[in-house]
Amino acid sequence: MTFLSNLKPKFWDHIDISRGPHKYLFNFRKIWKLTVLLTLVVSIIPLIILAMIDYWVSYHSVMSENILRTSRLVSNTRRSVSYFLDERKAAIDFIILNETYELLNSTSHLERTLKNLQKGFGGFIDLGVINDKGVQISYTGPYELTGKDYSDATWFKDALDKGVYISDVFLGFRNIPHIIIAVKHALPDGGFYLLRATIDTERFTDLLAGLHVGGDGDAFLINREGDLQTPSRYHGEILSNIDIQTPEYSERSQVELIDRGPNNRLLIGYAYIHETPFILMIIKNQNRLMAPWYETQMQITGFLLISITTTVFVILGGITYLVNQIYLADQRRLQTMHEIEYANKMASLGRLSAGVAHEINNPLAIINEKAGLIKDLFTFTEKYNNDPRLMGLIDSVIRSVERCGAITRRLLNFARHKEIKIHEVDVREVVHEVLGFVGKESEYRSIDIQVEMDPDIPEIKSDQGRLQEVFLNLVTNAFAAIKEGGSLKITGAKTDKDYIVVDFTDDGHGIPESDIERVFEPFFSTRTGKGGTGLGLSITYGLVQELGGTIKCRSKVGEGATFTVTLPIATDVQEKNGDKKPSEKQ
Amino acid sequence: MKILLVDDEAEFVSALAERLSFRNIDADWVTRPEDAVPKVEETCYDVAVLDIKMPRVDGIELKKRLQAKCPDLKFIFFTGHGSEEVFKKGASEIGEDYYLLKPIKIDHLIAKLVEIEKQKGGVFDD
Repeated sequence: MTFLSNLKPKFWDHIDISRGPHKYLFNFRKIWKLTVLLTLVVSIIPLIILAMIDYWVSYHSVMSENILRTSRLVSNTRRSVSYFLDERKAAIDFIILNETYELLNSTSHLERTLKNLQKGFGGFIDLGVINDKGVQISYTGPYELTGKDYSDATWFKDALDKGVYISDVFLGFRNIPHIIIAVKHALPDGGFYLLRATIDTERFTDLLAGLHVGGDGDAFLINREGDLQTPSRYHGEILSNIDIQTPEYSERSQVELIDRGPNNRLLIGYAYIHETPFILMIIKNQNRLMAPWYETQMQITGFLLISITTTVFVILGGITYLVNQIYLADQRRLQTMHEIEYANKMASLGRLSAGVAHEINNPLAIINEKAGLIKDLFTFTEKYNNDPRLMGLIDSVIRSVERCGAITRRLLNFARHKEIKIHEVDVREVVHEVLGFVGKESEYRSIDIQVEMDPDIPEIKSDQGRLQEVFLNLVTNAFAAIKEGGSLKITGAKTDKDYIVVDFTDDGHGIPESDIERVFEPFFSTRTGKGGTGLGLSITYGLVQELGGTIKCRSKVGEGATFTVTLPIATDVQEKNGDKKPSEKQ
Repeated sequence: MKILLVDDEAEFVSALAERLSFRNIDADWVTRPEDAVPKVEETCYDVAVLDIKMPRVDGIELKKRLQAKCPDLKFIFFTGHGSEEVFKKGASEIGEDYYLLKPIKIDHLIAKLVEIEKQKGGVFDD
C-alpha cells in the first residue's frame, strides 16, 4: 500500500476545501480518467485491430496455401498411380492384341509371355486365360489354378459388364499385397475370353511411401469400403479399416479439414482414381502445418503485449505528470488569487482601521484636553485642589482616554508596515505587544499565557512588523486550538551564537501526524467553515522565510502542538519594497 | 514663549490653549488655516502646532505658507489620522519626532516645545 500511495499523484485525493462557485476550473480526477481512457483507446485499439487483421489474413493465406499444396500433391500422385495401373492394363491389352487365343491357351507360351512381362514391366506375378464359361483354361504362375471355375465370382461378372476389372488389394502369394487386373476380349466367333494378371503392388506402395508429405503427413490408398490398400504411417496396417470416414465421391481432387479435437485436426486431400476401386488419401496434421505460422503469431502477440504495456505505462506516466502539473499550477493560481484577495481585504481593513482610528482620535483628543483642562483648573484653583475624589475621577477619565489612544495607535500600526525594514528588534517586546492584542480574549476564555523569555536574548536584526505578524498568527492559531481554561506557553532562548528560538506551545487538540507535513500548505485548514482560510500558517511560513528563519511543528493528537520559530540574530535579508504579505488576523 | 495652535476642532484647540496657558505658555489658536497667516504676520510666534488634516489647506501646505512669512518659525504636527501616506508626508516634512498622534499628552507636547526652545538657543521662561 505504501508503494501505491507513493505512486499516487497529489491531485488524486485533492479535496476542494475552499469549494465555491468559480473557485476551481478543473476536476483533476475526471480529466485524468478521461484523458487516460481516450489516449489508451486511440493508441491501443488500432494496435489490437491490426494484430487481429494480421491474424486472420495470415491464417487464411497459410490455410489456402496448405490446401493448394495438398491439392496439387494429390493430383500429381493420382496421376502417378493411374499411370502405373494404366501401364499394366495397356500391357495386358497389348498381349491380347498381339497373341491369338490359341497361342494364349498354350501354357508354355503363356509362361514365356509372363517372363517377358516380368522383364519388361516388373510386378507381374501370374497370368491366366479364362473362357466365356468362367473356367481358367490356362494359367502360369506360382499356384496350380488351371481349370478353376470363376463363373460365380463377382469379379468375373464385373469384368464381363465393364470389359476391365481391377481388384482390391489382397494378401496373396508370400503374404505380399497384390491386385488383379482382368481384361475381356471378344473372339471373332462371337465368344470371348478374359486375360487375367496378378500384380504385386509393391511398386505403388513404394511410390506412395516415397512421397514427401509435409506436416507429419501420410499418403496411402483405400478402397471404397475404407480398407487400407497400401501401408500408412499413422492410420493403420494394410487391409485394416481406416479410422477416417471414407470421403464422398468426387471427380476431382478434394481437400477437407477435419476437426477431431484441438490437438487432432487433420487436413485431408483425396482423389478417386478412375476405373479402380482406389481412393488416394493424403493426410496432414493441421497443427504441424500451422506451427510456423503459430510461432510467428506468438511473436507478434508477444510484441503486441510489450507494446501495450509500454504504451500504458507511458500514457499513465505522462498524463499523471501533466495533470499533476496542471494541478500544481492551479494550486499556485488559487494561492495567488487568495493572496490577492487577502491583500485586498487587509488593505481595506487597514484603511478602515485607520479611518476609525482617526474618527475616534479626534473626539478622544477633545475628551483628553477637556479632562486635562478640568484637572488643570482643579490643580490651579484652590477650591478643588484638595478634593481627592474629584482628582481621582479626572485621572480615571484621562487613563481611559490613554487606553483608547493605545488601542487606536495599535490599529494604525497594524495598518502600517509595508516594506521590509530591518531594525534592531527586541523579541520580548514583540511578544508582549502581540499578547496585547489577544489580552481580552485570553481573559474571557481564561487561557493561561506564560511567557518565559531568556534574559540573554539579544536584540535581533529583523522586521518588526513581520515578526509581529508571525507571532500574532501563531498565537491566534494556538488560541483556535486551545479549549477554555487551556494554556499557551511562549518560551524564547538563544540556542547558538547565530540564532534565537521562540516556541509557542499550546495544550489544544493537537495535529494528527499525517497532517503535520501539510499544516504549512496553503488552504490546509482544520477550521474550514469556522473562519479558517487555511492561509494563516502558510503566510506565517512565508514570512519566517522572508526573515531568514525557519518554522517547525511538533504535535501529538490530544496533547497540543509546539511551533518553533528559529530566527537569525544578524540577518542578511535585504530591505525590500513591496506589498506586505497579507496576514491572518481573525 | 509664544505658540500658535491651528486645528479645525475648536473644542480641542481652545482647551489645549487654556491648558498651556496654565503652564505659562502663551498660546493663540485659530480653527481656520486661512486665519493662521494673518496671525503670523501680526505676531512673531516661536512655534506653530498644526493639525495635518484640515479642511481646504492641510497642515503641510500651511507650514509652507507660514514658513514663507516667518522663516524662524518652528513646527510641530499633530493628527488623529495615522494613515501611512500622511505619516510619511508629515514625518519627511518635519521629522518623526515632531509628529504627534492625538490624543496627546500635554507633558509630551511641552517636552517637545522645550526641546525646540533649546535648539533655538533661547531661554524657556518657565
